[in-house]
Amino acid sequence: MKLTLKIWRQTDANDAGGMHTYDVDDVSADMSFLEMLDVLNEQLNAKGEEPIAFDSDCREGICGMCGLMINGEAHGPVTTTTCQLHMRSFTDGETITIEPWRSDAFPVLKDLVVDRGAFDRIIQQGGFISVNTGSAPEAHAVPVPRDDAMRAFNVATCIGCGACVAACPNGSASLFMGAKITHLGELPQGQPERDSRVVNMVAQHDHEGFGGCTNIGECTAACPKEIPLDVISQLNKDLRTAMKHGH
Amino acid sequence: MTDMPDTTLTSDPSHDAPLPVDTDDAADYYTPGAPIADTKAPQGSIDQRWQTRKFEARLVNPANRRKLDVIIVGTGLAGASAAATMGEAGYNVKSFCYQDSPRRAHSIAAQGGINAAKNYKEDGDSVHRLFYDTVKGGDYRSRESNVYRLAEVSTNIIDQCVAQGVPFAREYGGLLDNRSFGGVQVSRTFYARGQTGQQLLIGAYQALERQVAAGTVATFTRHEMLEVIVVDGKARGIIARDMVTGEIETHLADVVVLASGGYGNVFYLSTNAMGCNVTAAWRAHRKGAYMANPCYTQIHPTCIPVSGSHQSKLTLMSESLRNDGRIWVPKKKADCGKDPREIPEEDRDYYLERIYPSFGNLVPRDIASRAAKNVCDEGRGVGPEVDGVRRGVYLDFRDAIARLGKDGVEEKYDNLLDMYERITGENPYEVPMRIYPAVHYVMGGLWVDYDLQSSIPGLFVTGEANFSDHGANRLGASALMQGLADGYFVLPHTIRDYLADGPFEKVDEAHPAVVEARTSVTDRIEHFLTVNGTRSVDSYHRELGHIMWEYCGMERTEDGLKKAIDLIRTLKDDFNRNLKVLGTADSLNQSLEKAGRVADFIELGELMCIDALNRRESCGGHFRAESQTEDGEALRHDDQYAYVAAWEFAGDGEKPVLHKEDLVYTAIEMKQRSYK
Ligand SMILES: Cc1cc2nc3c(=O)[nH]c(=O)nc-3n(C[C@H](O)[C@H](O)[C@H](O)COP(=O)(O)OP(=O)(O)OC[C@H]3O[C@@H](n4cnc5c(N)ncnc54)[C@H](O)[C@@H]3O)c2cc1C
Ligand code: SF4
Ligand code: FES
Repeated sequence: MKLTLKIWRQTDANDAGGMHTYDVDDVSADMSFLEMLDVLNEQLNAKGEEPIAFDSDCREGICGMCGLMINGEAHGPVTTTTCQLHMRSFTDGETITIEPWRSDAFPVLKDLVVDRGAFDRIIQQGGFISVNTGSAPEAHAVPVPRDDAMRAFNVATCIGCGACVAACPNGSASLFMGAKITHLGELPQGQPERDSRVVNMVAQHDHEGFGGCTNIGECTAACPKEIPLDVISQLNKDLRTAMKHGH
Repeated sequence: MTDMPDTTLTSDPSHDAPLPVDTDDAADYYTPGAPIADTKAPQGSIDQRWQTRKFEARLVNPANRRKLDVIIVGTGLAGASAAATMGEAGYNVKSFCYQDSPRRAHSIAAQGGINAAKNYKEDGDSVHRLFYDTVKGGDYRSRESNVYRLAEVSTNIIDQCVAQGVPFAREYGGLLDNRSFGGVQVSRTFYARGQTGQQLLIGAYQALERQVAAGTVATFTRHEMLEVIVVDGKARGIIARDMVTGEIETHLADVVVLASGGYGNVFYLSTNAMGCNVTAAWRAHRKGAYMANPCYTQIHPTCIPVSGSHQSKLTLMSESLRNDGRIWVPKKKADCGKDPREIPEEDRDYYLERIYPSFGNLVPRDIASRAAKNVCDEGRGVGPEVDGVRRGVYLDFRDAIARLGKDGVEEKYDNLLDMYERITGENPYEVPMRIYPAVHYVMGGLWVDYDLQSSIPGLFVTGEANFSDHGANRLGASALMQGLADGYFVLPHTIRDYLADGPFEKVDEAHPAVVEARTSVTDRIEHFLTVNGTRSVDSYHRELGHIMWEYCGMERTEDGLKKAIDLIRTLKDDFNRNLKVLGTADSLNQSLEKAGRVADFIELGELMCIDALNRRESCGGHFRAESQTEDGEALRHDDQYAYVAAWEFAGDGEKPVLHKEDLVYTAIEMKQRSYK
């Protein structure tokens, strides 16, 4: 198939940037979206035009490195990551708009590449259980009810891609944060630090410039791992409890 | 359950087999060197060696630790676990990765599970049995002391991960669930649905970020290590490029750890991530670190086939599918383009069931892979033609659906069949799936002693980047175990013996060795950007991958390997004269990043072929056509090749030097595998 692509190009963080239009032929339905961009980049390189920078690594939907706004939707029209989106989801002759994640907390570094370092800094503020190597008790010392373990697992599947932030009109990272708080909060091992975790992570979130949550739900609709909206309720509940405990 | 082990049966010991007459096919390609030995493993009974070594390794005074600088390249299971643990101990750690966050290292993609000798099922498992299975699975080409230690610390890993909040699968009573993989007769594999690697890595990543907050670890993301700094024979730092600004940075330290993962991407197409590379290891190799058994590659039989020349990577499908799916190709070439549903039963060749009636579709990885290649080479492959050949075989669930019902199949293989449909656009409940083998893991890597120290003092290597634990073939669910064993429980003990002599004399940035390392990095970058040729980096990478896959892939021959070496040398020459990289050095430049990686892959590719040429025996993932039994099975030659091939770099254009480390087994007897 033939496609027209409107792609955001920006030389570095200081450049104003703008949309550029490219045509690609010879796109097959079996290509992944990123392979289609690889093909375009080979064409650009041959013409002497610098290839378009975009992030990806595993290309199997698990590392969270990829992420593009495709026709205004984070990761495009299907509930999956950009790398797992295939060209059979598009039609011959279509025009596709491709932009980077848009959020004050995720500055653009070049073309379609953004800086998501803010996510790591949120985790640093409490997204862990404090246990030094070698000091762990025998694994069977504390049984964990199967349902709790399952629920912890389901939200621990977050890949940290940032689509939830990109999709949110407020640029909130509440879904990402709620997923971590719920994962650790479901487990007995996560209880001792439960209050400080939520308080410190939320403070860092706000400090990074992410917006507040007003329950719109775009985040969960865009999430490739289908992290449910109720992790945000859990987050708010844990925050209230921590306040009550005097944090 | 992606990662199942090889099933091994034992029978006739190989030393009874006839030996080939002329065995050194690689004689013209290398210089023989002095034998090498691991000097660090204590003598004595195998179950006492680790305790002894831990006791003998000198301690570092806590007050001194913060004065000791440790560089760790890599944030996968091997690197993140080491960085977190060293940080907790109070060392001053710098952690590097090329992705934008430590959490994205390719360990994240591991699906199947992690082994540990917990014996929770009371089914006869033990440290010794895990040790035994791992050595046997590695076709007796790994170092027994290292493997025993791996089995020994495996149980601590599970305790540590559970305490970190890793949500492993559990039973109704709240205890941990285990599964048995393939032919292994005990249930010792811990898992978190099909995302075990992700959950383990997130645990290690969180421990690492906790240390960042504590001020003991500094992370350098989007940084690529491009050179090791060796001063007076010791590793004293690295040169890294800030991949956003292009700045070339010098980082000095008392010790350097490489946990940079595997080099499967030398084949271009593999199940590795796009950025997996050999650069960190190869740059160290050029500075004096020996590269061991580079030709040992694991090829996984059940991946989604290549769909066209645009293909950028391959995706693994759980090997557990072979438990219920039946593998076949048409008997007649003329049927290969037909709708498989219209091919009658009598025209189907269930070739694994035919050739290996007792193991059938469950033969080990290497055998299943080679058999698929053979039927496709015969022209009986299925699926789209890529470069004129159909490379795929059917994995058919028709009979399983008839037996278990569609729901039954769905329940067992839930998301796998969906993933297949998403990628191929075909519904596996209606049309048989197509699979083909793909490069998945490399057992080869930098040579290390029992302390995980390379042949450069002060340079330690952990995880897939080293060679020590898996011999010629890795057992499923054991790479995750090794990465975490190395990082949490082995390296932190062994490295202190080295650091006990530190802090070492400060190195000045103006030291000639530092200047040399920096200049070599900047010269190389300058070179890539000024060749101004006509071919893209990707086109070279693809061509290299094609050569490697064809001649140094599933089956290797003397003629093929010699041809490959010539082809690689020609390719290297062309790469140096005709490469085209646009953009600048001082900005984010993905073509430039790739150019450096491909340049190193080209050099590695040549060494892999030389190594494969030298080893005129079939073992594990390495099948030499010249060394097979009458019925076409792999034939090992323990009397000639029970050694680790440790290669020393001798200079550009010079023949590499081969140092052999003899493999001595005191706790286990060598046996030949058989599956018929
Ligand atoms: C699809 C797939 C499924 C698998 N399933 C299983 C399984 O079920 N069970 C099992 O046991 N094993 C499995 N394996 C194997 C296992 O996942 C890997 O061998 C293991 O995770 C490697 O860990 P590592 O820490 O050594 O390297 P990696 O996780 O690959 O990490 C490498 C790190 O090094 C960094 N790095 C590399 N080069 C540089 C450089 N030049 N400069 C700076 N940083 C650099 C990277 O950024 C990264 O942080 C699987 C592998 C694959 C590909
Ligand atoms: S919550 Fe979903 S969208 Fe947000 S970072 Fe995690 S996986 Fe991505
Ligand atoms: S590239 Fe890893 S999730 Fe898309």
